[in-house]
Amino acid sequence: MATALIDAPASTSAISPLSHIRQLEAESIHILREVASEFQKPVMLYSIGKDSSVMLRLAQKAFYPAPIPFSLLHIDTGYKFREMLEFRDRYTTELGLKLIVWRNEEALANGANPVALGTRRCCGLLKTQALLDGLRAHGFDAAFGGARRDEEKSRAKERIFSFRDSAGQWDPKSQRPELWNLFNGTIHPGESIRVFPLSNWTELDVWHYIHLEKIPIVPLYFAKERRMLVRGDSLIPVEQEFVRGLPGEEQWVRCRLRSLGCSPCTGAIRSDADTVPKIIAELMAMRNSERANRVIDHDQDGSMELKKREGYF
Amino acid sequence: MALHNSAWAIEEDPLLSARDGAEVRVEELLAAERSKDLLRFSTAGSVDDGKSTLIGRLLYDSNNVYDDHVASVTRGSAIDFAQLTDGLRAEREQGITIDVAYRYFSTPKRKFIIADTPGHEQYTRNMATGASTADVAVVLVDARKGILDQTRRHACIAALLGIPAVIAAINKMDLVDFSEEVFEQHRRDLLTLASVLEIPELIAIPVSALAGDNVVHRSTRTPWYSGPSLLELLETIPLAAQRSQGNFRLPVQRVIRPDQDFRGFAGQIASGSVRPGDEIVALPSEVRSRVRSITTWDGDLAEAHAPQSVVLTLDDEADISRGDMIASLSAPPQRTSRLSATVVWMHSSPLRPGTSFLLKHTTQMVRARVVEIRSRIDIERLESLAADRLPLNAIGEILIETHRPLVADLYRENRFTGSFILIDPADNATAGAGMIRAFEGGFRPALSGALVTLGNRSALAHNLEKRLLEQGALVVRTRFSNRDALLPLVLTGATVLHESDNGGAISVIGHGSEVIASDIPDDPDAILGVLDNATHLPSGKHA
Repeated sequence: MATALIDAPASTSAISPLSHIRQLEAESIHILREVASEFQKPVMLYSIGKDSSVMLRLAQKAFYPAPIPFSLLHIDTGYKFREMLEFRDRYTTELGLKLIVWRNEEALANGANPVALGTRRCCGLLKTQALLDGLRAHGFDAAFGGARRDEEKSRAKERIFSFRDSAGQWDPKSQRPELWNLFNGTIHPGESIRVFPLSNWTELDVWHYIHLEKIPIVPLYFAKERRMLVRGDSLIPVEQEFVRGLPGEEQWVRCRLRSLGCSPCTGAIRSDADTVPKIIAELMAMRNSERANRVIDHDQDGSMELKKREGYF
Repeated sequence: MALHNSAWAIEEDPLLSARDGAEVRVEELLAAERSKDLLRFSTAGSVDDGKSTLIGRLLYDSNNVYDDHVASVTRGSAIDFAQLTDGLRAEREQGITIDVAYRYFSTPKRKFIIADTPGHEQYTRNMATGASTADVAVVLVDARKGILDQTRRHACIAALLGIPAVIAAINKMDLVDFSEEVFEQHRRDLLTLASVLEIPELIAIPVSALAGDNVVHRSTRTPWYSGPSLLELLETIPLAAQRSQGNFRLPVQRVIRPDQDFRGFAGQIASGSVRPGDEIVALPSEVRSRVRSITTWDGDLAEAHAPQSVVLTLDDEADISRGDMIASLSAPPQRTSRLSATVVWMHSSPLRPGTSFLLKHTTQMVRARVVEIRSRIDIERLESLAADRLPLNAIGEILIETHRPLVADLYRENRFTGSFILIDPADNATAGAGMIRAFEGGFRPALSGALVTLGNRSALAHNLEKRLLEQGALVVRTRFSNRDALLPLVLTGATVLHESDNGGAISVIGHGSEVIASDIPDDPDAILGVLDNATHLPSGKHA
C-alpha cells in the first residue's frame, strides 16, 4: 500500500529575476507581516492619498486569504478635501475595514486654521498633536505610514522601523542600524515604532503600481475644471471660508492635485492628465518634486526634519 | 527624486505630445521599466573624499534631480552637489554626512538604490548597514592621498559583508593633473588590498566628482584611460548569482488561518524556488511534507522564487509557527545552538564575554550568550589580534550559544539565513550585526521520524529499541494493528517499531507513506544504518 515517491528534480533552469516593482512589493509585504506578528497593537495611518492606497493594497496581499489584522487611523485636520473624506468612507466600507478617525477637536473649537496660526503652528496642532494623541489614546505600539525616502531629504535617512520615544519623538542621530532584512522592533512600554513599508518606493513606482493593480484613488488626482485661487504660479483650492482671494483671483482652471493634504495648503498643478497613464506621462516629463506644491514644507530650512523630530510623520 | 524624462527621452517623443498616443506610449515605457533589473550599491568615503559631491554629480548628470532641488542648493551660478544629498540640519551645519541615506535613481538600463554611508571612523556601523544589502560597493580614494586607513576599512567591511564587487573611484584627479602614473600607482595598491581581503573583483576608475570627469560622461582629460565611466560600469556590471538559484528557504513569518479550512505559512522566500508538489522539511521540528499550493492575493502560483512573499499550504497538518523554516528536503539548512561569527559591534558599551542578548535571526528571536571573543580584526592593518572586549565600531570573531537552536546557513552561502543581529535586552538597541562563519557542533539533532516494519521479530525489535533509546531517540514499540494510524506519530519525530504476527519483510517508511528502504536484512546495524541516512539532517558539526 505504501508507494514510493519520486523526488521532483531540483529546478536548474534560470529564473528571470523578479521585476523591480515586484521586488518592492515583496519587501513591503515582508515588512507588514513582521510588524503584524511582532507588535501587540499595530495600526495603519491612512491619509487617503495615493501612497496610503498602495499601502492598503499591500496589506490586503500580505495577509490574504485572512483579513487585514489591524485598524486604520485617519488624522482628520478638519481641512481635508471633501472628496477625500467621501472616498475614505466609501472605500473603507467597501473593503470592510475598521477605520478610526481622530481630530484635535479642542484646537478646532478654538479656531485653529493656517491663516490664523500660520502653517507651522497649525500643522503642529492639527496633525502632529492629533496624531500623538490618537496613538496614545488607543495604545498603538506600531504605526504604519506611507512615507517614502525619495520624498524629502530628511526622509532619505529614516529607517524602515523608526523608533519613537515615549513622547513620540524622533532622534535622527540615534537611529537603530538596520541590516539585511532584520528589523529590531523591541520597545519598552510607552515607546513605539513608526514603520514605513514604502521606504524604497519612488513616486513613479507608486503610480506604476496603481496602474498595474488598478487601485482606486481619490478623483482629485485627475484633471478637471476646478474653482481655484490663482496667485502667481500657485493654484489654491477654494474650499474653506478663509481661503478668499482678491477680485479676479478666483477662476475655473483645468488642474489636478499631485499630492493630497489639507485644501488650504495643497496647491494644484495645471494639467490635462485625467487617467493614470496620462499622470505617469506627465510625471516623467515633470521638472519639480511632488512636494514643491506643499506650502508647509517650505516654512523654513529643514522644516520637514523639525516636524519629524516633534512627532510628525 | 526619481525623474526619468531625459533618460527616457520622452520630451522629444512626438507620440507623447499627442494625448491619445500618450497612453499607448506609457504602456510601452512601463513595460520597459518592468524589464529593468535592480542594482543596490553602497558608497563610502572619508570626510574630505568628496563622496556627497560624487553622488550629487551622478544624480545630476544622469538627469535624476528635480529642478526645485537643484535650485535649493544653487548659490549664484554654482551648484553645490554635496548639498543635494546632505539631508539633515546637523549635517549641513557641520558640512559632513552623519547617517546612512538611501537614494533612488534610474537610467534606461537599470534601477539603482544607493546606500550612501558616512566615512568617519565612528560610523563604521552605518557602513556595515549600507553594505549588508549591496551588490556593489563604491569606495572613494583621494588621488592626492592614495589608500588611507579609511580606504582599508571600507574595503574590509565590503569584503566581510560579502559584497561581490568593489569599484574604487579615484577622485580629485583634477588636483593631480589627471596623471596616469598617480592613478596606476593607486590602482596597483588597491588590487593588492583586494587580493589580501579576497574581494573577487575590484575595478578602479579615475574621476573628478566636482568637474564630472568619468562620472556619467567619459572624460577627454584622461585619454590614457579607455574604461567605462562610473555610471556605465554600474549599468553593466553583472549581478551576482541570483538568490533564486540557491536552495529553497522560507522563514515562516506568520501562520495565516482565516478559517478552519485554510492553514498557510506566510514568508518571504530567502533563497531558491518552490513549486506545488515539492518535498519540504519544516525545521526545527523536522516534519516532512509536500507543498500543496502557493497562495497569493493574485491567485495560486505554479512556481515562486526568492525574493517573493508568498503563503504556502502543505499536504499534511503540520505544527509550524513563526520562527520556523520551511526548506527543501534535498538540501536542508543546518541546525545549531553553537556557532562562530564575525560581529560588527554597534553599541556604545563594549561587548564582553559572558554577556547575554536577544538574537534575531530570520523571523525568530532567541536568547543567546556570547561565550568567547576569539579575536579582534584590526582593519587598518588587516591583522587578527587577541581581544577580551569589542568596543563600538570594532569587528571581531566571537563564539555564541543560543538557548534554542537556530536553523541557519553559513553567511557565505546565504546572506539572509546566515546573518543575525544582537539586541541589548536593557535598552533594546541593535548592539551587533553578525555573520555566521562556522557551526561549532555540540548539538545532536534528533532523529526525524520513521516507521520500521519488523514483522514477527521481537528479539530484533527489542535490540533496536534499546539502541535507539541509547541514542536519545523518541521510540514507540507497538503491535497496534492499524499501521496507517501510526503515521501521525512518525510526523512528530518518533521512530515507530511496528511488530506484527505475520512475518513480513523489514522496511522503513516515512510519514508520507513513502518507502525509504525495503527488504532490509535481519540485522540491527543495517536497519540503524538506513535510519541514520534517512532521518538525520546534517548535524552541523563541520565548518
